[in-house]
Amino acid sequence: MTDLKHIRNFSIVAHIDHGKSTLADRLIQETGTVKERDMQAQLLDSMDIERERGITIKANTVRIDYTADNGEAYVLNLIDTPGHVDFAYEVSRSMRAVEGSLLVVDSTQGVEAQTLANVYQAIDADHEIVPVLNKIDLPASDCDRVAEQIEDVIGIDATGAIQVSAKTGQGIHETLEAIVNELPAPQGDPDAPLKAMLVDSWYDAYLGVIVLIRVIDGKLKKGERIRMMHTDAVYPVDRIGVFRPQMEMIDELGPGEIGFLTASIKQVRDTRVGDTVTHEKKGTTDALPGFKPAQPVVFCGLFPVDNAEFEDLRDSIEKLALNDASFSSEMETSAALGFGFRCGFLGLLHLEVIRDRIEREYNIELITTAPSVIYHVYMKDGEKIELHNPADMPDLSKVDHLEEPRIKATILVPDEYLGDVLKLCQDRRGIQIDLTYAGSRAMVVYDLPLNEVVFDFYDRLKSVTKGYASFDYQMEGYREDNLVKMSILVNDEPVDALSTMVHRDRAEMRGRAMVEKLKDLIPRHMFKIPIQAAIGGKVIARETLSAMRKDVTAKCYGGDATRKKKLLEKQKAGKKKMRQFGKVDIPQEAFISALKMDS
Amino acid sequence: MPENWQEAGFGLYLHWPFCAAKCPYCDFNSHVSSSIDQDAWQAAYLSEIDRYAALTPGRVLDSVYFGGGTPSLMRPDVVSALLDRVASHWTLANDVEITLEANPTSIEAANFAGYRAGGVNRVSIGVQALNDEDLRRLGRMHSMEEAKQALILAKTTFERVNFDLIYARQDQSLDAWRAELTQALAMEPDHLSLYQLTIEPGTAFGDRFAAGGLHGLPGDDLSVDQFFLTQELCEKAGLPAYEVSNHAKPGQESRHNLVYWRGGDWIGIGPGAHGRLTLGGSRIGTETELNPLKWLANPAQNIRETLALDEQATEYLLMGLRLQEGIDLLRLRTRYGVTLKDSKIKDLLELSLIEIEGDILKTSREGRPVLNAILRELVPD
Ligand SMILES: Nc1nc2c(ncn2[C@@H]2O[C@H](COP(=O)(O)OP(=O)(O)OP(=O)(O)O)[C@@H](O)[C@H]2O)c(=O)[nH]1
Ligand SMILES: C[S@@+](CC[C@H](N)C(=O)[O-])C[C@H]1O[C@@H](n2cnc3c(N)ncnc32)[C@H](O)[C@@H]1O
Ligand code: SF4
Ligand SMILES: [Mg+2]
Repeated sequence: MTDLKHIRNFSIVAHIDHGKSTLADRLIQETGTVKERDMQAQLLDSMDIERERGITIKANTVRIDYTADNGEAYVLNLIDTPGHVDFAYEVSRSMRAVEGSLLVVDSTQGVEAQTLANVYQAIDADHEIVPVLNKIDLPASDCDRVAEQIEDVIGIDATGAIQVSAKTGQGIHETLEAIVNELPAPQGDPDAPLKAMLVDSWYDAYLGVIVLIRVIDGKLKKGERIRMMHTDAVYPVDRIGVFRPQMEMIDELGPGEIGFLTASIKQVRDTRVGDTVTHEKKGTTDALPGFKPAQPVVFCGLFPVDNAEFEDLRDSIEKLALNDASFSSEMETSAALGFGFRCGFLGLLHLEVIRDRIEREYNIELITTAPSVIYHVYMKDGEKIELHNPADMPDLSKVDHLEEPRIKATILVPDEYLGDVLKLCQDRRGIQIDLTYAGSRAMVVYDLPLNEVVFDFYDRLKSVTKGYASFDYQMEGYREDNLVKMSILVNDEPVDALSTMVHRDRAEMRGRAMVEKLKDLIPRHMFKIPIQAAIGGKVIARETLSAMRKDVTAKCYGGDATRKKKLLEKQKAGKKKMRQFGKVDIPQEAFISALKMDS
Repeated sequence: MPENWQEAGFGLYLHWPFCAAKCPYCDFNSHVSSSIDQDAWQAAYLSEIDRYAALTPGRVLDSVYFGGGTPSLMRPDVVSALLDRVASHWTLANDVEITLEANPTSIEAANFAGYRAGGVNRVSIGVQALNDEDLRRLGRMHSMEEAKQALILAKTTFERVNFDLIYARQDQSLDAWRAELTQALAMEPDHLSLYQLTIEPGTAFGDRFAAGGLHGLPGDDLSVDQFFLTQELCEKAGLPAYEVSNHAKPGQESRHNLVYWRGGDWIGIGPGAHGRLTLGGSRIGTETELNPLKWLANPAQNIRETLALDEQATEYLLMGLRLQEGIDLLRLRTRYGVTLKDSKIKDLLELSLIEIEGDILKTSREGRPVLNAILRELVPD
């Protein structure tokens, strides 16, 4: 157990790509936590998808030993957090477990939308904030300007901002000293009944369920019996440990410490993030307030390409749901796709990450249906329905009106792209709420329908501003609007998995965009295929995919028989990966790609 | 019940893996080598001929085919020695077909008489294009004039003459192909192989194409128009298509290639050669070492696998549907125990891509250019 005065707990927060994980690398390296030869860039981004995409998805905790200039030995617990808006929940949850934040700002870029969002969260969590200006090794670095921006836009004092290059290691020592000297030590009573916060939990193939906790009061030892206060589940603790960043087993965790426990936990539901962990006997009666649960906002169907893999899919979804409390699922059946799950996500990147992980880590190929947000359907008889899937849209004659979810979006953009951003928001049915300037950058706040933002707004924003705009959003409740269900008919048959809800005024445009996209996404068949978008019985857009004209091998003699046989087998396997709707094979990726618009 | 080969024929394929230069489109097992010990090659072929003869005693041989590579680089005495050995082992059919692939340079044409004397009765000449500019772009070593002279000489030397053209080339319009094919037909071959240019991965063209080069290749629409034009012109000239890319005067079809397409038996000798033999009631697939020198060092070492009935059926469909005559559903059922799905047949019939008469199933005019798609539907999983 470490004495409270010598503990510092902090999260590293920043806009995406401003260098959080690289800064964590340097802190780990400078303190000798990891051997030189085991070091690699963004060490904490250990998932394949994280390394491939170069982004952090899961928050990661590391315990570091640091002897400060004052000669005293400290234990630092750092939490590296993700920057992408879809994973904002990971950040807010991590902040609840610590007392301070390093606010990293890329000194070549300045304050961005997630910088702001993170600051608001840190203030909300009563954090001490240490600003860190990163990437000072780059020629475009401008610390004075960025410090000024921090003061103007955020309103926190940036005179003490530390200038750092997480790449070269410059300023790392100063950062460590600032952590020790400027961040508060945690408080807690080692003699009080055990009270620990369940920060996160995930499934590990070897150890089973791993629970990350922050001890507030009391002590937790190996072998003791614990109770999760919310779920009332009781377990004997098998192991206690900390991350360095590999697991290191220890005997006990005291107040202010962050570590993990394992306890042969079988029930996924037993470990709710935000719950309070205490001893089974003589525990605390005073539970922590818990976390506001993350609400999934985007829904889609996940179906196994091979129907026989349904049970495997169920299993993988259960395990991933444990890794990720913000992901929801329930069983769904579809005439064309068989058995699958309707799943909820925090955004499209979150959806793609989960889908990738199921496909890779569990080796199940998936069909993903068109994503949708939740609509509120008010029936004439007074009933209110939450519509997660446009295919379930009730008969219009019984519907009184529909409401859709709205968001408040904050966009920071250099002046010269402001016009393009305003046009994009306007095209997406946005209502301007605010427009202010900070130097040559504008901050625009818009009220937008979530369904216009979810699929491709971020991509479009990046493309119209050449990557110079940043974006953050919060849910803002529901509002009535003129919404209709648009069906897609392929070869005259409706394809439920492609149905979407659209605004009446935008239906034609969206319908046209979708049928054009589908025309490119569906491979040519031996017959021509009409592709139509329709509202009710009325066709609003139509394209025809012409029949395949040529697919024949010119030369095929004795020596080619074996090779051609293999090729045919491969092609047939490829065909099997598509789903048949009537006589038409639709490739897996079509369901999401069809919704992404080019303008 | 007779075995397939007794109806579809029995052939012998000999692969000569050397060429004077490698053509940029070609993915055949062909290599350029400055020193070729033809005596050693002769000895290796002879040992293999002996070995296979012992496995297939008493059979009547319908065809021998020297393919390549460029077999017209073989010394005539080597060809002659091999054919003598073949005749000493098997009974040759009365109408036995003995083909040699030749490139039409003057050096190679000088060997024609020697090949004839050794027993070759059919040549297949790689003309490829009928203008010098395109021959250059295809990386060929001969001129248009040399090709013409080689053809004239071949006609007076051999009973039967085929030549190959590659069309759907870069920047080749429908009219340009019409003119070229008309000119080819005027040379009165008894057989024509007309291949649409295929960009094969691993070739020089393949690399250029992958790198975004090789411009002016026809799109699907133009190449299908060229295909239909080919069918039409050849038919009018009395050389209807009997296979996707092969056209012949009736009776002049390549017997050797029919063995492949009808699912007969053939022996494959030489580097990278494949064979199919019915031995003791099983159908065996054979495959040899690709590398010429490794093969030469150990010609008898090859891979053998027994083909299951469903694989045999797949090969029968794959090869057989290339032929205008189509495949026999009765044979499919009785020999291989395979019945095609009625629903698939019905769909393809509705689309007019196939035709059925009695037990014969064949592709229609519209079906031929999309044969691979038809096979994806028909071949059972
Ligand atoms: N030149 C330079 N590049 C840096 C520095 N710090 C980080 N980078 C680079 O910036 C990119 C993003 O760094 P990360 O550490 O992954 O950023 P992050 O904030 O963790 O990103 P997310 O987790 O996706 O939000 C990487 O290419 C880093 O190599 C720095 O000080 N100097
Ligand atoms: C074994 S090869 C050639 C024999 C001989 N060496 C020659 O080149 O004349 C048989 C024929 O296949 C054709 N061919 C080879 N590669 C081709 C390709 N990539 N596309 C179309 N036809 C091709 C050519 O017409 C060639 O004559
Ligand atoms: S096309 Fe003929 S000559 Fe050219 S490389 Fe191929 S086999 Fe040799
Ligand atoms: Mg990161």
